[in-house]
Amino acid sequence: MSTATADLHDAPAEPGVNYLNASYGIRSWLLTFDHKRIGLLYLASITIMFVVGGVAAMLMRIHLIEPQGALFEPETYNKMFSTHGIIMVFFFLVPSIPATLGNFLIPLMIGARDVAFPKLNLMSWYIFITGAALALYATLSGGVDTGWTFYPPYSSHYSATNVTIVALGVFVAGFSSILTGLNFIVTIHKMRAPGMTWFRLPLFIWAMYATSLIFVLGTPVIAITLFLLGLERVLHVGIFDPAVGGDPLLFQHLFWFYSHPAVYIMILPGMGVVSELITAFSRKKIFGYSFVAFSSLSIAVISFIVWGHHMFVTGQSIYAGLVFSVLSFLVAIPSAVKVFNWTATLYRGSISYEAPMLYALGFIGLFTIGGLTGLFLASLATDVHLNGTYFIVAHFHYIMVGGAVMAYLGGIHYWWPKISGRMYPDLWARISAAIIFLGFNLTFFPQFMLGYLGMPRRYAVYPAEFQVLNVMSSAGASILGIGYVIPLVYLIWSMRYGPVAGPNPWKAKGLEWTIPSPPPTENFEEIPIVTEDAYNYPVAEAHKYPDAPGVARV
Amino acid sequence: MAAHGAHPPGFAHQFETVTQQREAGTLGMWVFLVTEILFFGGMFTSYIIYRSLHLQSFIQGSHELIVRYGATNTAVLIFSSLTMALAIRTAQTGKSKGQIIFWLILTMILGASFIAIKLRFEWYRDYVEGLIPGVSWLDGGTHTPGVKMFMCFYFFMTGLHALHMVVGLGILTVLVIMTARNKFSSQYYAPLEISGLYWHFVDIVWIFLFPLLYLIGGRY
Amino acid sequence: MSEHAGHDSDTPHVVPITTYVLVFLALMLGTALTTWVAYIDLGRWNTVAALTIAVIKMTLVVLFFMHVKYATGLTRIVILAGFFWLGIMITLSCSDELTRRWEIVPQGWQMIVPLFSRLF
Repeated sequence: MSTATADLHDAPAEPGVNYLNASYGIRSWLLTFDHKRIGLLYLASITIMFVVGGVAAMLMRIHLIEPQGALFEPETYNKMFSTHGIIMVFFFLVPSIPATLGNFLIPLMIGARDVAFPKLNLMSWYIFITGAALALYATLSGGVDTGWTFYPPYSSHYSATNVTIVALGVFVAGFSSILTGLNFIVTIHKMRAPGMTWFRLPLFIWAMYATSLIFVLGTPVIAITLFLLGLERVLHVGIFDPAVGGDPLLFQHLFWFYSHPAVYIMILPGMGVVSELITAFSRKKIFGYSFVAFSSLSIAVISFIVWGHHMFVTGQSIYAGLVFSVLSFLVAIPSAVKVFNWTATLYRGSISYEAPMLYALGFIGLFTIGGLTGLFLASLATDVHLNGTYFIVAHFHYIMVGGAVMAYLGGIHYWWPKISGRMYPDLWARISAAIIFLGFNLTFFPQFMLGYLGMPRRYAVYPAEFQVLNVMSSAGASILGIGYVIPLVYLIWSMRYGPVAGPNPWKAKGLEWTIPSPPPTENFEEIPIVTEDAYNYPVAEAHKYPDAPGVARV
Repeated sequence: MAAHGAHPPGFAHQFETVTQQREAGTLGMWVFLVTEILFFGGMFTSYIIYRSLHLQSFIQGSHELIVRYGATNTAVLIFSSLTMALAIRTAQTGKSKGQIIFWLILTMILGASFIAIKLRFEWYRDYVEGLIPGVSWLDGGTHTPGVKMFMCFYFFMTGLHALHMVVGLGILTVLVIMTARNKFSSQYYAPLEISGLYWHFVDIVWIFLFPLLYLIGGRY
Repeated sequence: MSEHAGHDSDTPHVVPITTYVLVFLALMLGTALTTWVAYIDLGRWNTVAALTIAVIKMTLVVLFFMHVKYATGLTRIVILAGFFWLGIMITLSCSDELTRRWEIVPQGWQMIVPLFSRLF
């Protein structure tokens, strides 16, 4: 049995072989089939992409300090927000939790030795970095100014920027997602340990399964759409071209058929992480397990029938607008179910406030705000006024940054001891969580007000009366940026100097906590046989409060 | 605990049993084919919309295509699906590798014929007549903007389909090499089965492309 | 999974050659039929006929050549899901593209809506 407590850099007294030190050298990493190493390869790549997208954001916020723009010509500003959107959506948010935490954890949580197709897994990473390289090349050699939405006819006929190369980069990266989703679906169906029935799975797995459904069903459509856009750009004629009877709105339908479910790709894994964090740090099983599990599936399914709410003011038929508006209200329901159930899980739990929990609690609050503001946008009458303004920008940043990124950071911190075998300094972690929370709200809450007051998005200049709010937002962005840098520093520091973590520093439930930290390459010495439900925490107070909700009946 | 003794050929160690591996492989290929349904589906969706809105242009454009080549190609692909199914059955029933390779190569010949017919008798002719939008287009006469739109669909859809055929030929080549190297037996022929699924899918796409592109509005 | 490695208790079904050949002949017949019908004027039913024959041909390929007749329920759900999602994409896109020209003409009780806008 390998000793999990062996320091990585000492010569182990007894074999302390884990997936990190099982083999050395760059070739052993670049040619690995181990899902854990592949997860770390992804972690490194998407961190780089996050920095690139973040730099674009910083430049934008600096530019917007002044009403006439402080830094750029409008054409360059257009490239900034396009780069920020493309990189953050396709090369950071979409792969973030699935490719890093998903790859690392799914086999561990279900009791398997690896994913179903390890070679395909490695190939997915190579495909991802090829796409990312194309996108970075396009950015650095002139950029793209169409916005991350690439609407024709501007993108197909008029834009003089590197649209085709970026579209190719996104197209290629899409295949990385598809293969990852395919791998996860087959893994979860076919490689669960004996006794690990569907309803004993951790909710993170349900969330990853639902996310994988979206990967597989949605991503091919953006692939064909960008392919058609590229053809039209190269051939100067195509199916979105009005000159031959084409409809630019058809592009938008096909684009948003993927891109709306894509936003659920970005949030569902975060919700799965939050379910894990809330249960672990309240030491209580989730309230309403099957409701939370089915809500993940419902979100995945309903996400595919609401995309037209991005097109209410584009000239779409009002009948379609009516249909999409009603359906969009539906999608709020399963998300709300999750928020209710997390809250009920907290009730009478034994709560502690380590950094992962701070991120989880922040998620619940900020996601709720972001989600509620979505209702204003789902309603046709109010969307007419709010569309194209900073209200939308604030809405999705509350969900993507206040939600998804915070869940991602919470997950990284929670599973860091498992991944690295080390603990990070918790005081610094809590401080940066607080800085991130404050910086985030200072950045994006003023944007709700700006949008309500009418400031358009994607504009390089704005009326002078909006300056105060813009300066507040830019100040917040600086704070947020600092908040993101600090974890980067202490997490890397902890890999060498952090205290060694045992198999289960959080005393949490879950198969991943039953194996050493870091795990051996083959994960489990023997494939476990599962007999318990998920989150089977001992019930301390049952005898005192037998009728309290969420308390297991013994 | 997986037996460390005689592992069947092709067994991958992340799995516990051969059955698990085979089921995982099949499920994986079906999930991939679903992604292909959605991939081609984007163009089928666009086709349905534009055909509803511009039926006359589509009929006019369709009449620029020659039915007998489309029909012949449909027959060629159906035949190739038969030979592919027989190749798998030959492996399944433990026949010699020579027999498996025979059916695989026959499938490849049929697939290559499909592409040859397209290139030589259809696309080359379209190139000469100025019917390829963006590459070789001649305005005037029956070459209206609406027909140009139809031809965009024709080339994009059959082009993407042909690309999938070429990939299929590549896969078949690899299978022939693997068979020649004795990788398959009646116990293990999963790559053949899985590649067969892909090949049949490409056939099904053409089964729809033929009537939708060549036979619109009837030929009466 | 309770089976031992290497011991295959459920060998896949072997389809008889006759079945394959019959399916092949049916597919060829379908192709001939759809081509022949295209040369007969059935108005809008030409499209229905062509698509019906195509769907039947596809079903034969899926059931027999792709062995779905002998496959698990999971396989069938996966296939149906693919087509269902394609159906969503087509239906909801058409809900916009094919209704653009429809006019909204207030009927009956809807006539009072403009009155409210004048009140407020």
